[in-house]
Amino acid sequence: MTVTALHRAAHTLTAVPLQCASCGRPHDAGPSPVCPECLGPLEPVYDSHRQLPDRHEIAARPRSLWRYREWLPFTGRPVRCLNAGWTPLIDAPRLAESLGISRCLVKHDAGSFPSLSFKDRVVATALNAAHAFGLTVVGCASTGNLANAVAAAAAREGLEAWIFIPHDLEPAKVAASAVFGPKLVRVRGTYDDVNRLCAQVADRFGWGMVNVNLRAYYGEGSKTAAFEIAEQLGWRLPDAVVAPMAGGSLVTKLAKGFGEFLDARLVRGVAPRLYGAQADGCAPIVRLVERGDDTLVPEKPNTIAKSLAIGNPADGRSAARLIRSSGGWAASVSDVDVVEGIRLLAETTGIFGETAAGVTVAVAKKLARDGRLSPDDEVVLCITGNGLKTTDAISGSIEIPEPIAPRLSEVSALIQS
Amino acid sequence: MPVLSLPSVLTSLTGGVHTIPATGTTVAEALDDVVRRFPGLSPRLRDEHGEPYPFVTIYLNDEDIRFIGGFGAAVQATDELSVVPAVAGG
Repeated sequence: MTVTALHRAAHTLTAVPLQCASCGRPHDAGPSPVCPECLGPLEPVYDSHRQLPDRHEIAARPRSLWRYREWLPFTGRPVRCLNAGWTPLIDAPRLAESLGISRCLVKHDAGSFPSLSFKDRVVATALNAAHAFGLTVVGCASTGNLANAVAAAAAREGLEAWIFIPHDLEPAKVAASAVFGPKLVRVRGTYDDVNRLCAQVADRFGWGMVNVNLRAYYGEGSKTAAFEIAEQLGWRLPDAVVAPMAGGSLVTKLAKGFGEFLDARLVRGVAPRLYGAQADGCAPIVRLVERGDDTLVPEKPNTIAKSLAIGNPADGRSAARLIRSSGGWAASVSDVDVVEGIRLLAETTGIFGETAAGVTVAVAKKLARDGRLSPDDEVVLCITGNGLKTTDAISGSIEIPEPIAPRLSEVSALIQS
Repeated sequence: MPVLSLPSVLTSLTGGVHTIPATGTTVAEALDDVVRRFPGLSPRLRDEHGEPYPFVTIYLNDEDIRFIGGFGAAVQATDELSVVPAVAGG
């Protein structure tokens, strides 16, 4: 091979091979939904001898999730979604005071580029996997945020996109997918019905369904939230992290991300305790953590937190195991508490989160009240989606004032009232 | 006669066949009938304790069988049983 060819090969994007997380069998890189042998989940396999960057090298790189590319499932340079990631980690002293903990920080993925949720992270890795496999049609099953993220990224990259969503999603989330011009398919049923259909679609048509047959690559994008938290804290780890749970993948990938940075000696100490948050109306992972066994009991979702309304979460068992082994816990809250959580976050931090954010904040409050979070804890809350997508949820709890005439006297009257 | 629909990943155990007619009046009987002809499928439908294999979900038409009585759910002649790998996102 010539020097030029070697140089080109080093920069050509290729996906790393896979391994079954259950039976351990190795598999070639490819768009595979599950292990062909035992049907267990697949995970990427990284070269343990690969050259890893140090803190200074990472810090000098562009501010996107690709600054951690050695921990993402590719060799060579990414070609798509180059600006995803690197959302702010915001100190929230007034929220900490309200929760009764020493320090609270908000990982603000509600401001993520381009589609205002943490799903931009997983779509970034999934669409690079699609490129590596030569797939020009991508898609997803989604409760809304992933639909927005896939539709936005596919539009930018010029890919055909098939987006499958439950028929009753929040109107803003439907519009925020449709505007990008994908093939939008509204399915009569719950997310779990949509997910079953997409498993069959991926099987039949061979498209790159990001959370089905590209899932092994897709999920790794979530680790970058953990990497960013560590770097943005000044290369150290918080005591605890509270994250919302739908399929359970985010919690498992946060655990993996913190573990990988500890292994790489980029941070020291112990991994954070992980706390999972769900709504009472769909809390199969919380109930699994509470029971302490290993059998997930599916549920029929009934909650305003539609982005978390997955009654049969495929990563639920792993999430429950990792939560327990981290020393953390899981809790659920009512829909009334979800709305109060949205408002508490907004009124103390200036951040407008979606219903999943309300779940996370309300669960953090419950955990602090129950003593699961200690007053000395430094806690990071993962705020994963934007409140402008779920304004319906709070419309009954906020007061919209009557209009006034453009007269000073009317303002004076308001001041005196 | 009800039919059992399989994902591609399991068709290596059925000689490439995706859809298999089955006899029986319950999910269990229908699966037993198919497994008699394709024994390799057995461990991908039930675990060693006879419980549902954790990496698949079995649907009776559009309903997860865990919500309608599990393996004991009644099956009609026109029903479709689908085996779907348990993958999910959000």
